Amino acid sequence: MSGHHQLAGTTLRQRTATAVADPVLRSRVGRAVDRFAGHREVSLAALEDADGLRHAGRALKAEILADLPAVLEQLADEAQARGVHVCWADSAAEANDYVARIAGGGRVVKSKSMATEETGLNEALEAAGARVVETDLGEWIIQLAGETPSHIIAPALHHDRHSILDVFEQRAAAVGVEPEPEALNRFARSELRREFLAADVGITGVNFGVAESGSLVIVTNEGNGRLVSTLPRTHIAVMGMERVVRTWDEVDLFLTLLTRSATGQALTSYTNIISGPRRAGEADGPDELHLVILDNGRSDLLATEFHEMLACIRCGACLNVCPVYRQTGGHAYGWVYSGPMGAVLTPLLSSGQPEAAEVADASTLCGACMQACPVEIPLQDMLLSLRRRKSADAGRAERALWRAWSEAWSRRAGYEATTKAATWGRGMVKHGGRLPVLQRWAAGRSTPVPATERFRDRWRNRSDR
Amino acid sequence: MLTRMADDLRQAARGGMVVTMRVALLITCLVDVFEPAIGEATVDVLEAAGCEVTCPLGQTCCGQPAWNAGFAQDAARVARTTLTALESALDAGAEAVVAPAGSCTAMIRVFWPELFATVGDHAGVDRARAVGARTYELTEVLTGPLQDRLPPLHLAHSTRVAWHHSCHHLRELQAGQAPARLLGAIEGCERVSWDTERCCGFGGTFSFKLPETAEAMADEKLRSLAAADPPADFVASADSSCLLHLRGRATAIGAPIRTRHIAEVLAAALPTEGR
Repeated sequence: MSGHHQLAGTTLRQRTATAVADPVLRSRVGRAVDRFAGHREVSLAALEDADGLRHAGRALKAEILADLPAVLEQLADEAQARGVHVCWADSAAEANDYVARIAGGGRVVKSKSMATEETGLNEALEAAGARVVETDLGEWIIQLAGETPSHIIAPALHHDRHSILDVFEQRAAAVGVEPEPEALNRFARSELRREFLAADVGITGVNFGVAESGSLVIVTNEGNGRLVSTLPRTHIAVMGMERVVRTWDEVDLFLTLLTRSATGQALTSYTNIISGPRRAGEADGPDELHLVILDNGRSDLLATEFHEMLACIRCGACLNVCPVYRQTGGHAYGWVYSGPMGAVLTPLLSSGQPEAAEVADASTLCGACMQACPVEIPLQDMLLSLRRRKSADAGRAERALWRAWSEAWSRRAGYEATTKAATWGRGMVKHGGRLPVLQRWAAGRSTPVPATERFRDRWRNRSDR
Repeated sequence: MLTRMADDLRQAARGGMVVTMRVALLITCLVDVFEPAIGEATVDVLEAAGCEVTCPLGQTCCGQPAWNAGFAQDAARVARTTLTALESALDAGAEAVVAPAGSCTAMIRVFWPELFATVGDHAGVDRARAVGARTYELTEVLTGPLQDRLPPLHLAHSTRVAWHHSCHHLRELQAGQAPARLLGAIEGCERVSWDTERCCGFGGTFSFKLPETAEAMADEKLRSLAAADPPADFVASADSSCLLHLRGRATAIGAPIRTRHIAEVLAAALPTEGR
């Protein structure tokens, strides 16, 4: 991850305002999420009982999370029995250190992994002297551009073919490449092929860790995950601890939900199932396989009201239906994850950063995310809960404002007096207002003006007759 | 308008017309202060459906702004006042609470129990559930308990309506079908196809905290409205908050639009209107 997250030192409003001021970005994001969301709808409608699957998915995730330590132990035991080295990483730093020790100063190829975005692995490896190349096309584009992912499954969603060509020309010495998808792909493939063949270490994420057999499931559409996990001598898989499932039956269900919710595919082009390193007599596979099980704040959520967030299968459906995300794209959220799931995860997993809490405000609470979530995570309830948590730390002015409001409006007389004053003061409101909060509103919207007479006045006059 | 209603009511009382339902009106603070005509239209429509309408004046606000901003104690304080007013109205003989707003109805029915539980007011939870069970948004009550009670609806001029699904109406109340049924029953009313379901960007405190994004969201709705073919005569919704937001943005960018609350659409289509 050569990109730099913007969270520190900026406000959510600054980041979103910058994003929505860019019409090119908005149109790219809008087109992309409409395509994803459209495919998702068609693909789920083709199932006999998509909602039934979602209910089942939620219930199974609840069972797994209730028993998470034991399920993870089983995964680790089974994986070790198949020759996998297992590392339990409590923190991002522990995960990075472990991987850096193995990778040393070697050549590393990576397939897309949000967990390693979260830990800042690329920077850690580069600091340790390694050469790191992302091989997912989108990830490679943003690595070259020095950016961070703007979508959890389509990291370069904020680009189009013209801006991609610019990146290739400026950062990868592309010459004579046409701004056409086929030509861009051909260029990327030829560049990346060399990297695959020369790499010492391959790093992947994990979509599902299967406890009953110690297997790792990785889905990709570009085949790069298969090359990364088979060509280099060493394969390191970094798995967020909540990615574990118990059985292959569960993989069946969650794979169905994942691919259909993400891209609308019945299956992705490649579904890799990895059960241990290469054994004697096998043609493919790494000599060494490491599984890093990453906690990094996740287990702290288990006993909280946010535990269901660990059910997230990282499909991106909530991003694709979110009316806020479609205007701002992912960078405005300021950290690794974006959209509604990012608005929940950012305050929870990067809580060391004071700027993280307000990301829960990046939602109108419209509920489209909850409707789209394949495992029915109550995202809206969690956003509300995060806002309550942050209100405790709110500034004195904000607290005083709500206190004054509730003081007045918890009494009929107070409500009557303040709303009456509003009708008297309508001239002031009409002409721009003195209250800063109204000025902020009035900058881009004509301010609603109180009526000359409230409904209750008219009602009283009517009753008096 | 109210004079006509009052007269009609007296007439109805004299003629011994059966009262279909005694309704306590939750006027909502927004309609009370900014859109009193929507309140009057709501009363017109309910009375046309045979309701006897009261408006408990002890009500203030449902508390939603503070709840959504994370200030549960302040929200509960205000909500309790309105809860008490609605309870009294129900005790005094009202059979249902009706609000011309999906958002406030959702607050009462869906979020009040959570709100009171959050602040540890367990009696409040039970009281909220009891009131919530008898609280309806206008289109819900007209397609539910008051189904087929409205007289034949007819608009003098053929009108094309762009319906905006407000989020709480659509997803929390799951009442998305009700407006279609009501609008479909109005002779001379046609719905136009546009970006009907997407959030307008108001979101209560959202539009104050992230105004640029709220405006960009409204702009996308307005672009879709402008592209509607055939064009709409106005945008209609079950929530005046969304309409205020869209209208305010449209005015500010110099392309004003017309909006109508569903109560106004229905009231204009009542038999006595305009005759």
